[in-house]
Amino acid sequence: LSTPAAAEEGRRIEKILVANRGEIACRVMRTARRLGIQTVAVYSDADRAALHVKSSDEAVRIGPPPARASYLNASAIVEAALRTGAQAIHPGYGFLSESADFGQLCETEGLIFIGPRASAIKDMGDKSASKRIMGAAGVPLVPGYHGDNQDVNFLKLEAEKIGYPILIKPTHGGGGKGMRIVNGPDEFVESFMGAQREAAASFGINTILLEKYITHPRHVEVQVFGDKHGNVIHLNERDCSVQRRHQKIIEEAPAPNITDEFRSHIGKAAVSAAKAVGYYSAGTVEFIVDTISGEFYFMEMNTRLQVEHPVTEMIVGQDLVEWQIRVANGEQLPLTQEQVPLIGHSFEARIYAENVPKGFLPATGTLNHYRPVPVSSTVRVETGVEEGDTVSMHYDPMIAKLVVWGENRHAALSKLKNCLVNFQVAGLPTNITFLHMLADHWAFEKGLVETHFIEHFKSDLFPDEVLEETNVAAKLSATIAAACICENEHTTLRETIPSDNRLLPLWYSRPPFRMHHNAKCIMELEWDKEQTSSFQEILKLVITYEQDGSYFIEIEDGASLGSEVRVLPVGDGNYKVDVNGLQSNATLAIYSKDLNKHIEIWHGKHHFHFRQTARLEQSSEDGLQHKTSLQTSHPKGSVLAPMAGLVVKVLLENGAFVEAGQPVLVLEAMKMEHVVKSPRAGYVNELQVTAGQQVFDTTMLFNIKDKQED
Amino acid sequence: SWRDALLLQRRLHQAAMPFCSAVLADGIDRSSDAFSRNSAIVRDLVSQLQSNTLMVLAGGGSQAVERNRSRNKLLPRERIDRMIDPGSSFLELSQLAGYDLYEDSLPSGGIITGIGPVHGRLCMFVANDPTVKGGTYYPITVKKHLRAQEIAAECKLPCIYLVDSGGANLPRQADVFPDKDNFGRIFYNQAKMSAEGIPQIALVLGSCTAGGAYIPAMADESVIVKGNGTIFLAGPPLVKAATGEEVSAEDLGGASLHCRISGVSDHFAEDEIHGLMIGRNIIKNLHMAGKWTNSLPSISCSYKDPLHDEKELRLIAPVDQKQPFDVRSIIARIVDGSEFDEFKKFYGTTLVTGFARIYGQEVGIIGNNGILFTESALKGSHFIELCAQRKIPLIFLQNITGFMVGSKSEASGIAKAGAKMVMAVSCSKVSKITIIVGGSFGAGNYGMCGRAYSPNFLFLWPTAKISVMGGNQAAGVLAQIERSNKKRQGFEWSKEEEEKFKSKVVEAYDREGSPYFSTARLWDDGIIHPSDTRKVIGLCLSASIKSDPEETKYGVFRM
Repeated sequence: LSTPAAAEEGRRIEKILVANRGEIACRVMRTARRLGIQTVAVYSDADRAALHVKSSDEAVRIGPPPARASYLNASAIVEAALRTGAQAIHPGYGFLSESADFGQLCETEGLIFIGPRASAIKDMGDKSASKRIMGAAGVPLVPGYHGDNQDVNFLKLEAEKIGYPILIKPTHGGGGKGMRIVNGPDEFVESFMGAQREAAASFGINTILLEKYITHPRHVEVQVFGDKHGNVIHLNERDCSVQRRHQKIIEEAPAPNITDEFRSHIGKAAVSAAKAVGYYSAGTVEFIVDTISGEFYFMEMNTRLQVEHPVTEMIVGQDLVEWQIRVANGEQLPLTQEQVPLIGHSFEARIYAENVPKGFLPATGTLNHYRPVPVSSTVRVETGVEEGDTVSMHYDPMIAKLVVWGENRHAALSKLKNCLVNFQVAGLPTNITFLHMLADHWAFEKGLVETHFIEHFKSDLFPDEVLEETNVAAKLSATIAAACICENEHTTLRETIPSDNRLLPLWYSRPPFRMHHNAKCIMELEWDKEQTSSFQEILKLVITYEQDGSYFIEIEDGASLGSEVRVLPVGDGNYKVDVNGLQSNATLAIYSKDLNKHIEIWHGKHHFHFRQTARLEQSSEDGLQHKTSLQTSHPKGSVLAPMAGLVVKVLLENGAFVEAGQPVLVLEAMKMEHVVKSPRAGYVNELQVTAGQQVFDTTMLFNIKDKQED
Repeated sequence: SWRDALLLQRRLHQAAMPFCSAVLADGIDRSSDAFSRNSAIVRDLVSQLQSNTLMVLAGGGSQAVERNRSRNKLLPRERIDRMIDPGSSFLELSQLAGYDLYEDSLPSGGIITGIGPVHGRLCMFVANDPTVKGGTYYPITVKKHLRAQEIAAECKLPCIYLVDSGGANLPRQADVFPDKDNFGRIFYNQAKMSAEGIPQIALVLGSCTAGGAYIPAMADESVIVKGNGTIFLAGPPLVKAATGEEVSAEDLGGASLHCRISGVSDHFAEDEIHGLMIGRNIIKNLHMAGKWTNSLPSISCSYKDPLHDEKELRLIAPVDQKQPFDVRSIIARIVDGSEFDEFKKFYGTTLVTGFARIYGQEVGIIGNNGILFTESALKGSHFIELCAQRKIPLIFLQNITGFMVGSKSEASGIAKAGAKMVMAVSCSKVSKITIIVGGSFGAGNYGMCGRAYSPNFLFLWPTAKISVMGGNQAAGVLAQIERSNKKRQGFEWSKEEEEKFKSKVVEAYDREGSPYFSTARLWDDGIIHPSDTRKVIGLCLSASIKSDPEETKYGVFRM
C-alpha cells in the first residue's frame, strides 16, 4: 500500500510520541508496537508509574500533575519528541488533540502531527464558522434564525417559518441561562421578552437567536476518514444518544432502527462536511436526528479519533490508529467507500469512577481490586489502569472502555450485559451497575435511544426503593461474604501469626473448638446501596460454625430461615460456594479504607458493597446510636465536599447569614463545576477552605449554625 | 560372612523406613452384644452431659440475659468470643462448676474461665457472669477463679479479667472471705504473677465493687467502659450510709473519674466493644520481648489424623469396670496416624506405656489396662522417668480400680512400687494431662496423676467414676465393721437391715463418685465429650508446653 509519494518523502514514521495518557495512550501504543514502531510516552508527576508509561519504550516527564502544566503543555511535549527522536506525535483525544496551534507547532518543529491539517482543526473548532462552511457545502443545519434583526414581530414570523416548538437562546453566555422553549405562537412574545431580560441581566447583551427545538433528538455521528490524496470515505455511523451530564456512556455501531437509505444519506453528508475543509485522518461528524421527522442536522465535527472509535473498528474490522499512521505516512486509504463492510453490531460502555446517585459526580480513590473481563476477539477492554492504581482528581475518571461485538444487536447486547456483570472494580464507586441497568432496560433493548433517555426513564434507573429481587440477592451475597470472611480468617491467622508454639495452629483450625457447643459469631455488614437514595442498611448475620466445616448463617431480619454455606477458596479472591446445596462462584475483594473493612462481592449478576466497622459491631439495637470514638463524626450542620476537587470560588465569609440553598462555594473537578449550597438557613461557620485549595471527598467545608458565633 | 550380610540387610531395611511406627489395630468387635450394650449406655451419658451443659450455657436465665442486653452489655462468652482471634478456638474450663452444689442454681459457678488466643498469644480468660447472682463470688466461684490463675501461673499465660461482679456473696462471706484459698488469694496471685512477668489485664465492663475493685487496681493495665464500668470500694448506698455523701455511681467510680482523676484505670472505652478491642490491643502490644528468641525449631506442622475415627470414642468409652477394656482402642483414636510405640509391652501388661504424637507433638502415654501390679507400677515409674528426662509431655488415661491387694501383692512390695510411681509423677517437671476415662479408685488415682498431683489439666469423660474405692467394696467393708460393732453391743443384724445399710453406702458412693459431683466441686477442669479428647489434649499441650522446661529432680526412691 505504500505509495511512491511516501517513499519519496522518505519520512516513514518509526517512532511515535503519544501526547496523552490512560487507555488511549495504551491503545495507540499497542497498534504502533504491532506495526514495529517505537513508542514514547509522556507523563506528569502523577503518572510516573502509570500503565501507559510502563507500556512505552521510552517515557518523558513533562510536568506536575495539573493537565495545564503537563498534558496541555505543548512546548514540553514537542521538546520531549525532539529529545527522543520521535518523528510523529499522536495526540489521542482530549488534551491537545483539537488544538490547531499544537498541530502548527508540530509542523514548525518538523514533526508529523497524526491528525488532520491545522486549518481543518481551526475551521471546525469555531462553532459558528463551521456551521457557515457546512451550510455552504449543503450539509443540513438545524433550521433557525441567527440574524441581527431583533424585532419581536419579525422574529415571531421567523419562528412560524421554522415551526414550533422553538428554542429561544441568547447569542452570548451559556449554561441554559435565558433559554426558553416555546410551544406555540401565543407564548412567543412573553418568552422572548423574558429571555431578553435575563440575557441582559446575565451577560449584558440581549441579542437572541431562534432554533428549531427538537423534542426527541438522537445523537448520531459518522466516522469519516480522509487521506492526503483527497480521498474521504465514511465508516458507517455510531449512535451515542445515551448520555449523562452531556457525556456519552454507551455507544453503539451501527445506529439501531435506521434504514440503509438513511445510512447512506447521513454518510454522504458527513463526507461532504469533511471534504469542505480538506480533511484527512480520522474525524467524526456529529448530527442531531429528529426522531419524529427523521431529519438530521449537522452539529459539529470532531477533528480527532473519538473515545468511542472501537465500536466502528469492530463492525468494519479495521484498526483506525493504523489508518491514521498510514495516512500520516502519506499512504492512500486502504479501502474505498464500496469496500467498507458492516459486520454485526458493537457496543461500548464507558466505565467511570463516579458517584451515580450523587448526580454522576466524578469519584476518586484506589482501585483495590480490578479484574476486567477477559478479552477475546469479540470483547475488548481498553484500559489505562491497573489494580492498585489511583484514580486522581487531576484527570478524566474513566477507568476503562468495554467494547463487545456480536453478530447482531441482540447478541452484542447480551454479551455487553454479561461482561458488565463480570467486570470487577472495587475501592471506589463506579457506574458499572448503572450501565448494566441501562443495558438491561426494555427501551434500550428495543433501541429506543434518544438523548434524554436517562432523564426519561429516571424512575426506572434511579429507583427510590431497592427492588425485592435485589434485596434477596444482597442478603444472599452478605451470607456468602460472611462465610468467605470466616473461612479466610482462620487460614490467614493460622499462617501469619508468628510463634514458637508449634501447636498454635491448632487454635485456628476449623471449626473453632468450643466445649459442648458450636462456636458462633455475629457479623454486622453495612450494605452500601450505591444505586439508591437510601444509602445504608445494616445486616446482622449470626454465623454458626458447624462441625462438618460448613457455616449456618442467619440474617436477623425476622424472615431469614438461615442457610447452610460451604466455601472453598480457589485463590485470588475467588470462591466456590455452596448455599443449601446450590453451587456457584463468587469473588470477594476485601480492603481497608477510612478505618473500615470493605467487602465487595460479585455473585451471579450482582455486585454488592458491604462495610464492616473494624469488628466494632454493636450488640443491641439501641447501640447503633452509640458512636464509637473510632468513627469520625462531624458536628451537626457540617457540609462535606461532595467530591474531590479544586475550590474555585468562595462566595461567603464566616459569620455570613445564608438562606437554605444559597451557594457558598464552587468546586471544580474534571471540567465540571459544582456549586456547594447551604443545607439550611443559618450562619456560615468554620469555613476553612480558600479558592485554589484542593479538597478531598468528604473533607469538611463549612458548618451552618443557628447563631452567629463571636 | 552370611551373618554380617544379613545384619547389613536388616540395617538397610530399617534405614529405608526410619519412621516406621507400630500402628494400633482397631480393636473393636462391633458385632458383640457387649459393644452395643456399652455404646447405648455411653450415648445416654453423653446426651445427659450435653443437656446439662446446654442448661448452664444459657447463663442466669432469660430475664437476666435480657437485662444484661438492655444495658448494652454482652454475655461473658460473647465477650470472650470477641476478644479472641476471629474464628479461633476457646478451651473453656469447668463449665459445670457449681452444678447441683447449692440450693440455687449457679450456672458455671457464675464465672467463665478458659484459654484462647489473642493476636496469637494464648491467654487465660476469667469472665464474671453478671447474669448469675449479679456476678457475685460464691465459694466455688472463688475456687474456679483461683484454678484459672493457677493454670495461668503454671503455663505462663497472660490473664485477662473481664470484670463485671458485685464482689463476694455476702451471705456466704465466711466461706468466701478469710481462708488461704479464698477471695484474697485472687489478688495475691495477681501480684505474684505480675512479679513473674505474666501480664495481668483487667477490663472493667460492669461493676467492680469492694474486693472486686482490687482486680483492676492490681492489674498491670486496665480498661474501663464509659457508663457501664464502675470501680469503688463502696457503692453509693454504702457511701451514703457511712458518710452521708450522695453521689452517683458514675461520679463515684466511673470511667471518666478513673481515667482522668484517680488513675485507677488506664484506658477509657466508649463502649463495651471498644473496650474489648482495647483489650486485644494491649495483648498485641505485650511484645514479650525476648520470649520468641528461644523458640524451638519448628519441626513440622503437618501431622496425620488417627487412622481410626475419634468420633467412635463416644461408643467405646468404658462404662463397666468389671469388663476388661483395652486402653489401646482409645489411644488408637487420639494419636497421629494411630501410631503408638509401646515401651515394655510385655512387662507389667496392666499398664500400657509408649510414645506417640498428637498433632505432631511427641507425648508419652500411660494408660490402664487393669489393676496395677508391682511390675506395672515399676514400669510406670520407669516410663515417667524416661519422659521427664527427655522432656516429653505425659498423658495419663485413667481407668483404674486400684493397686492389687492381697498377701502375694503386699509381699512383692506393692506399696513400695506404688510409692515409686507417686514419687515419679509428683516430681516430673514435664507437662502432664490427665483424662479419667473410666474408674479412678484409690491409690490408682494418685499414681495415675490425679488432681492432687497437679497435672496441668485434668478432664473427665462422662463415664468417669471417682472414689477411694468401689461402692460395693466400701459397703462390704463398712458392713463388716458395723456387724462386728453390733455384735459387740449384742445386737443381731438382720439380712434385710444389712442390705439396706449396704445399698445406702453404695448409693452415696455412686452419687459422690459421679463425674458431676466431681466437676461441680472443681476436682477436675471439666467433663469433655470423649470425641473431643484428641482436640482437648492438643489444645492443653499447646497451652502447657514450655519452651525451656525445668530439670526434674526426684526425692528418695524406696528401693
